[in-house]
This record gives sequence, C-alpha cells and structure tokens, in this order.
Amino acid sequence: MNRAALLVLADGRFPAGGHAHSGGAEEAVTSGRVRDVAGLREYCLGRLHTSGLVAAGLAAAAASGYDPLLLDEAADARTTGPALRHTSRRLGRQLLRAARAAWPCAELDALAGARPRGAHQSVVLGLTARRAGLTPLDAAHAAAYESVGGPVTATVRLLRLDPFDATAVLARLSADIDHVAAVAAEAARRVHTDGPAALPAASAPLLDIAAERHAIRPARLFAS
Amino acid sequence: MTHTAAPPAVIGVQATARILATRAGGGTALPVLTGDGPFDLRRARPQGDQARVCVLGVMSAPLGGDRLRIRATAERDAHLHVTTAAATIALRGPTTAHATYDVHLTVAEQASLHWLPQPLISTARSNLRQSCTVDVAPTARLLLREEIVLGRSGEPPGRLSTRLTVHRDGRPLLDQQTGYGPGAPGWDGPAIVAGHRAVGQILIVDPVLDRQPLRARLFGDDPATGQAVLTPLAGPAILITALAPDTLRLRRLLDAAHPIA
Amino acid sequence: MHLHHDDTFPEGSPHGPGGSSPGRPGGGRRALRVGLGGPVGSGKTATVAALCRALREHLSIAVVTNDIYTREDAEFLLREAVLPAERITAVQTGACPHTAIRDDISANLEAVEDLEEHLGPLDVILIESGGDNLTATFSKGLVDAQIFVIDVAGGDDIPRKGGPGVTTSDLLVINKTDLAPHVGADLTAMARDAEAQRGGLPTVLTAVKSAGGVTPVAEWVRARLAAWTAGPA
Repeated sequence: MNRAALLVLADGRFPAGGHAHSGGAEEAVTSGRVRDVAGLREYCLGRLHTSGLVAAGLAAAAASGYDPLLLDEAADARTTGPALRHTSRRLGRQLLRAARAAWPCAELDALAGARPRGAHQSVVLGLTARRAGLTPLDAAHAAAYESVGGPVTATVRLLRLDPFDATAVLARLSADIDHVAAVAAEAARRVHTDGPAALPAASAPLLDIAAERHAIRPARLFAS
Repeated sequence: MTHTAAPPAVIGVQATARILATRAGGGTALPVLTGDGPFDLRRARPQGDQARVCVLGVMSAPLGGDRLRIRATAERDAHLHVTTAAATIALRGPTTAHATYDVHLTVAEQASLHWLPQPLISTARSNLRQSCTVDVAPTARLLLREEIVLGRSGEPPGRLSTRLTVHRDGRPLLDQQTGYGPGAPGWDGPAIVAGHRAVGQILIVDPVLDRQPLRARLFGDDPATGQAVLTPLAGPAILITALAPDTLRLRRLLDAAHPIA
Repeated sequence: MHLHHDDTFPEGSPHGPGGSSPGRPGGGRRALRVGLGGPVGSGKTATVAALCRALREHLSIAVVTNDIYTREDAEFLLREAVLPAERITAVQTGACPHTAIRDDISANLEAVEDLEEHLGPLDVILIESGGDNLTATFSKGLVDAQIFVIDVAGGDDIPRKGGPGVTTSDLLVINKTDLAPHVGADLTAMARDAEAQRGGLPTVLTAVKSAGGVTPVAEWVRARLAAWTAGPA
C-alpha cells in the first residue's frame, strides 16, 4: 500500500499526454451542448458513469493482475469508434512511457512490447497502479477521476469558465467518483472467475458520435 | 453441501421463445418454432433460401417482474430473418421490480441471421433490463437493428438498461451497455442523449469487412433532427449509432446510413 | 532515507526518465533534434522552411509542428513542398503549447520516434513549437539544441528584457532585419543586448526569407550535427 503513488499517478501534471485532450468536451462545447458550468457538470456526470466507469473497471481489473492483453481486447469491444480507440491507445502509449520511467518493471516492458502502437489507456493505468503498489480500487479511482478531470480543465480554457466554479464541479462529483470506483473495483473482483464480461460496458451514444465529428474538424484546440 | 434457494419473489410471466433454423435442401427449415406466455411465433413467406419468422404478442409485455427470453439459432448454412409484429412496450407492472428480456442469438459457420425487431418503448415508471447476447462464427453474417423510444409522447422514460454483447469466434467483438431514465446519472445530458428521445443502432458483422474495411462516416448535421455515426469496430463489423427526437427521424437516419429492405 | 532498494533507476535505463537517450533501438545514433521556439509571427515556420530547403540536398530531415489551433503550420510546409508529406507531422497541444514541448513532451517524443521508425534513420528532426510568448523553452528530454526566433518588428527591446528563450537558447535568431528601418528598430542595440544576456551563446541577425538569409542558421545546424554524430552512441 503506497497511497502517495496514487497522488503522483492521478496528478494532472503527470506527463502522459492528457493535457492535449479534452475528453470530448471540446466537441460538446463546439456543438453548443455545453455552454456553462451547469452544462459541464451534466457532461461530466454522464461521462463519469459511462466511459469513466468502463475505464475504471478495466483499470481495476488490470491492477488486480488480470491478463492485460485480454483486457485490451475487452476495451476494444467497449470502444465502438476508431477515433476513441485511437485516442485511448495513443494516451496508453504515452502513459506507458511515463510509467516505465517512474516505475520501471518487466510487466510494463512486456505490455509495451506486445502493443507497440499502444495499449488502451485504462489497461496501462491499471498495470501502472499495480506496479506502483496501489490497489484495484485505487486504480479505479484514478481512472474515474481522469474521466472528468480532463474535460473540466479543457472547458475552463474553451469557455473561459471561472476556474473556481469548474473546480467546484469536480469537488461535487467526488461522491459519484467514489461510487463509480467502488462499482468498478467490485466488478474487477469477478473478472477472475467470470472473465471480462463481468466488467462494466456502459456507453454514451453522443460521446461515440461526437468523437468522430471532432476527429474530422479542421480547427481544434484538443486532439480529442 | 447443498443450498435450498428460496423461490424468487417474482410476480409476472416467465416465458421463452425458441427458433432454430437449419439448412434443408435448397432452403432453410425451422424445426423448432415454439413460444409460450406472450410469445406467438409465426412463419412468414421465405425469401429465397432465407426463412422468415415474425414474433407476435410481445406488445403488452414486459411488465415489471416478467422474465422473457428468446433464443434464435441459425445453424450451419441456414439463413434466418426475425422481426416482431409490433413495438415492445415496457410498462410498469403490478410490482416495481424490474422485468428482464433476454435475447440469445447464435449464428453458425456460413449462416446468416437478421434480427430486426420493432422499437422498444420505455414508458414512465417501467423498469426493464434487456440483454442481447450474440455468438457469431468466423464465417457467419449478422444484421441487427435495435431502436429504443425513451417515453411515450410527453412522458419521461422508465428505468431501462440494455446490454449488447457480441462474441465472434469466442472473442469479444462488441460489449455495450446503455442506461436511461432514473438510475442512469446524466442520461439526458450533453454526454449521452441530450434531450433526444429515440436511440437506434444497426450492427453488421460480415467477414467481407475484413477485406474491405469501411471508414467512419457521419450522418445528420442538425442536432434538432438527429445525428448518426457509422463506425468500424475492431473486427469485421460496423456499428451505426443514431440519435433523434423521434422514431420517424431515427429511422430516416438509420436508413441513410444503411438501408434495410 | 531510502525505504526501498529500487528507488534508483535500474540498470538498462541509463537515460532515466524521458526520451533523451542518444541511441536508437537496434543501435546507432538517433537523429539530432532541434527545437525552434519564439513568439507568434517571428518567422519560426519560415525558418523551418528555409532550413529544409538549405539542408535537404545533403541531409535526411523531418519536421514536427506543434500547431495551436489548426494544422496551418504543417499545411504551410506541405504547400511550400519543402519536404515530402510523410516527413511532416503535426502534434496537437490542447491550448497549451508550452506544455507540449516542456512539461509533458510525450506526444512530441512519439511523433519524432514514429518519424524515425517510418522513414528509417534521419539526420535532423526540426521541432517547431506553437507560437507563444517569450517564456516557452524546450525540454532537454525532447531536443538536443534549441533555436529561439524573434524579430525586429516585435520590439527592439526584446533582447534587453531577456526571458528563458532569449537567454538560454543555443542559438538566438533575430529575424526580419530588413524591416528594421521601417519599424525603427536599432539592430546594434539588439545585438549588444543579446550578447549581454546570453553569456557567449551565439546570436544571428538575419532575414531568413531573403536570399542566403538562412545560411548562418543552416551552418549552425550542420555544426551541431557534426558534434552530435561524433558523440558516443
């Protein structure tokens, strides 16, 4: 148990490429679906309980020692669009680079060797958490938090929101983040007997559609 | 040591329908076509070597507490097409307990299955968990459409959870759960449906897509009339996901992305 | 106090964190990576274009651009046909161009590594930062040398004011000297201030778009490359 490692891993300054991604928030802002703090809160709530929950489940399962390549395949099955798969693998590759510098180990090297173009971010996050001495629940927390932290930071820039209001959105989501992490960690306990089908697969139609729309926009601030 | 489980406190219908399609001569036979409870299965006129089945009578079900199950199998070289006669309407039953509606589809080598039911309508205060589990052989083809209406006009939807799980050759190809209504945080917000009331998907699994992969395509530019995306999955399959204010415009978008005769 | 024996970087990870190892997987020395930073409009992209034209005959070059909002810098280079399209990659920076070249260099590292993987061994990779202000500098984990480009029209007091780009860059380019009479810039003062700020690091006053204007910059890159190539792999 090494709680401080969770702070390092979940820190927005951890150099794993997240700063260039908005978690779909840019497209939500561009298309007018998020215009203010209230819209940001609703957006984050939906993302947390869908793709955030899925990422948390995969991360918790990887942190519990389940085969990362089977989880990578499960992540593909839960990520229906090429833009989102590309983003996830790309961020996974960037996270793996940072993780191998921070917590060098054979398991991370092996994953990099098996998936040279990048494994899914949530899987890398879980394996990194495991190597950093964290629990599956910690990994789920980091993934769930990441699913909303990125959109909040990005929306502050995109809509010039008051940063205090935006941070309050995150703070008020903390009970939901705890809940999502607990559900994900509980599902990850079942993965060893029931396989990846035990993991959450929650999807959000608009996130899937919007990710493809954003990917073809000629002018954008964020890569996703 | 054995446990004697208490009987589940289910108030409602438990019903199963079974459809088995096999190759017979130049066409497809239906040696098993049975349904109890609300299910009434009818043969429709075959199209070439494709057998056609229409499921009648699901329209009043499922109510809270019901346990409904349909199993349809297309064996090697068989071609099966299944529709429903009317929309499936999830209603609040005598209990607030959830109903389940589980569909299991199996498509064997060289076989094809079209699963094209009428829309599912989630009415206010209903509580339904629907699942669709599909096993597809490497050379099998699948065409699946599902449409969901979130509440009758002017009412909010009930609790609805759907899960679509597809394995191809035993490996996961698609695993997707959606939740709407009370109990699905943020479901009507800007990440999930943003006020739209009709959600639909078309899934096509076809080994030919391995050789001719499709690129992602978008349909519908005006959020007021809906939007859709066609995406290639990480395998020989495409998924069309559409959102619209109503079923009419939903069907228009789905047809634009992939017309189904 | 060390609680764990594995708190230091293990054998086989000589570069520690980051991507600054001079080796390339499979042996040999990787390309020299040169960063180009500087304020918006000072002529970074024009310098990159001119360097490509001056060096491409004899050296194998690729470019990574860090565009802020659009792919315009990458597209300018493509339009000008300074290099074939597969030698130009654009990285997105999420409204924060500093971060992508300094605090979280992972996307840029991936871009340079992918270029070397796809194109085979390269001599030089030029990494152009998104136009920003005077404080943007490149991480040593990303580049081996950095050029900072300012221009006379941005104000002839910029060298005097200093800042990390002006004072610490390996080469300072004061561009658009041809405009000095029109904007009332004092080139002598700029050169003097730059020398005072830079403690012996070189400065070039030039107009990169004029004939031969990029030559001193290209010569400097060649010299850096010669030193890089002579270093231990």
